[in-house]
Amino acid sequence: MGNLFKIAIRNLLRYKRRTLLTASLITVGVVFVLVFISVSGSFKNMMIGQITDSMMGHLQVHRKGYVASIENLPLNLNLKSSAVTRLENILNKQQEITAYSPRIKFGGMFSNFVETTNIRLNGIYPDKELKTVPLLASRIIEGKKNLEKGGIWIPELLAKGMKVKVGDTIVVVATNKDGSVNGKQFIVAGVLESATGPGGRDGYVHIDDAIEVLRMEDIEISEVAIRLRDFGKLNAFSKKMDSLLSEELNQQDKPVFELHTWEKLSPFYNIARMIDVMTFFIKLMLIAIVLISIMNVMVMAVYERIREIGTIAAIGTLPGKILNMFVIEGFCLGIAGAVIGNIVGIALILILNASKITFNFGQQQGLILQANVTPANIAAISITVIIVSIIASLQPALKASRMEPIKALRHV
Amino acid sequence: MSLIAAENIHKDYKTGEVTVKALKGLNFAIAPASFVSFVGPSGSGKTTLLNLIGCLDKPTEGKLTVADTDVLHLSRKQSASFRGNNIGFIFQDFNLIPVLTVYENIEYPLLMVQSAPAAERKKRVTALLDAVGMIAQKDKYPDQISGGQKQRVAVARALVTNPKLVLADEPTANLDHKTAYMVIELMKKMRDEFGTTFIFSTHDQKIVGEAEIIYVLEDGELKGKEVKGGKNNG
Ligand SMILES: Nc1ncnc2c1ncn2[C@@H]1O[C@H](COP(=O)(O)OP(=O)(O)O)[C@@H](O)[C@H]1O
Ligand SMILES: [Mg+2]
Repeated sequence: MGNLFKIAIRNLLRYKRRTLLTASLITVGVVFVLVFISVSGSFKNMMIGQITDSMMGHLQVHRKGYVASIENLPLNLNLKSSAVTRLENILNKQQEITAYSPRIKFGGMFSNFVETTNIRLNGIYPDKELKTVPLLASRIIEGKKNLEKGGIWIPELLAKGMKVKVGDTIVVVATNKDGSVNGKQFIVAGVLESATGPGGRDGYVHIDDAIEVLRMEDIEISEVAIRLRDFGKLNAFSKKMDSLLSEELNQQDKPVFELHTWEKLSPFYNIARMIDVMTFFIKLMLIAIVLISIMNVMVMAVYERIREIGTIAAIGTLPGKILNMFVIEGFCLGIAGAVIGNIVGIALILILNASKITFNFGQQQGLILQANVTPANIAAISITVIIVSIIASLQPALKASRMEPIKALRHV
Repeated sequence: MSLIAAENIHKDYKTGEVTVKALKGLNFAIAPASFVSFVGPSGSGKTTLLNLIGCLDKPTEGKLTVADTDVLHLSRKQSASFRGNNIGFIFQDFNLIPVLTVYENIEYPLLMVQSAPAAERKKRVTALLDAVGMIAQKDKYPDQISGGQKQRVAVARALVTNPKLVLADEPTANLDHKTAYMVIELMKKMRDEFGTTFIFSTHDQKIVGEAEIIYVLEDGELKGKEVKGGKNNG
């Protein structure tokens, strides 16, 4: 076996320029895929992180039917306090959950005593909310990072449009589910940077204030946002929770709850999917590059060496060994391309990261590109290149191994 | 018992409509350790015959036994093994493997065909390098040595597995007369030393004189046999 490698490598070195050209082609392909995967992957992760960590959480539980009309923030589809207790009992038992946050979501009118406009509000337990969506605190660009009763965090655009500052007094008026209207004065406690995605322009008040404005006799919750310890376990956990929650039935034997992952709630999931599709096609391109370039070189190698093949076949080299000789040659070429490609690719990614390239995502400005490659990525790319190299050299190698020695020896 | 027995050997080549009768009913027997030459003009069928003896091709008709094996019924793979174990080849164009050194070229059949153990390989290759006088050049590549030296390496490669038979199709056609003569002398010396049967073809009358048994081939037919003494003039 070692000798087959020796012969293969010497044959590759025999046509240095051609080998170099082919290896560089594969290298370029590998570098391209590696950089693309890591940049798009980290962009995707950052995007997902922005959405889940600044407002959505990883998963959300609602009363069955709420999400279908989530745009209206229907107060009559809130979870009753008994259901909330049942839900919390389940959530408290899940090791995978690091935090969860019950919210009352409602729409209202926002007045600075001169003008009035619409606002969407979340009534929250501030400590629970900040644990569930940790980036929320960093979105507070003015004011205090803790929300006390009587305070309100308002979105940046609203603050600008209504010309209110931290410390100003404003009024929120809301209609409760029975149709009666109620108002309450708040002091602006903070101004929130807008975030891209659903809920990115909502205001926040303390949950007790929400109960008061909406004149709830008993607490009712619109949604519970959940944060997992390990985002990678999202799908497994979502399945498990789905089956746990489906056992919770109401008097009509219908499920009480519905569970959604961020993917189902955010349109950005489609962008993330698109990045995946693009990555897939770019990988396909790499496969095509490797396949065509190696097949081309190996077809040429077999053609140029017909008399050599005739000689070794006449001497008694078995067809299988001749096959191996050429497959190993393609294999070595693939390995060379993969190794150099990975080294160059990683170097390029390190340079990209060191140069701290910034980009904007929706309202978020100046996010720093932090591309990273996982060993799994490198392994997957390398294995793909190597397997494709072997497949590409198989046809020319088979041709070589099946050659009639006398015909091959006569070849000029 | 003869090493090679040919009875009524025919070989036809069909190319489209045309059939070329390259060999037309040959009968001969060659004893072990002979030094035999097939002589004839170009197109007389020398290469065709050597290909048949060398198990590279099969006769259209007739019976051919090489080293007690009826070579007519060997499969492709069996033929390859048979060649690897019993026959050495020397080619007109030397056909050394360009990416292997002199040493590695000679070692090739032991390593890649017979999978001989390292110690034995070293012993055999060194012995043959010495026998053909190429020890000093053992680390050179084929493109760094002369034609005569290449053919000496080829002789060593053909003999390294200790075959019963070495076939050489016009081994001196690409060499000048003096070198050609030296290569034939080397082959004879090897026959004396190892008892290997050598069969070579040529159309060069001056070289023919070195053979101990000469078959004259013309138009695919044997036109004569000349025995010039030697140990085995069967
Ligand atoms: N593969 C082939 N196909 C058709 N005809 C061939 C083939 N090989 C040899 N011949 C013909 O067979 C005859 C003998 O050829 P060959 O054995 O090569 O003669 P030599 O080696 O003595 O020059 C010639 O007429 C040649 O044209
Ligand atoms: Mg010939």
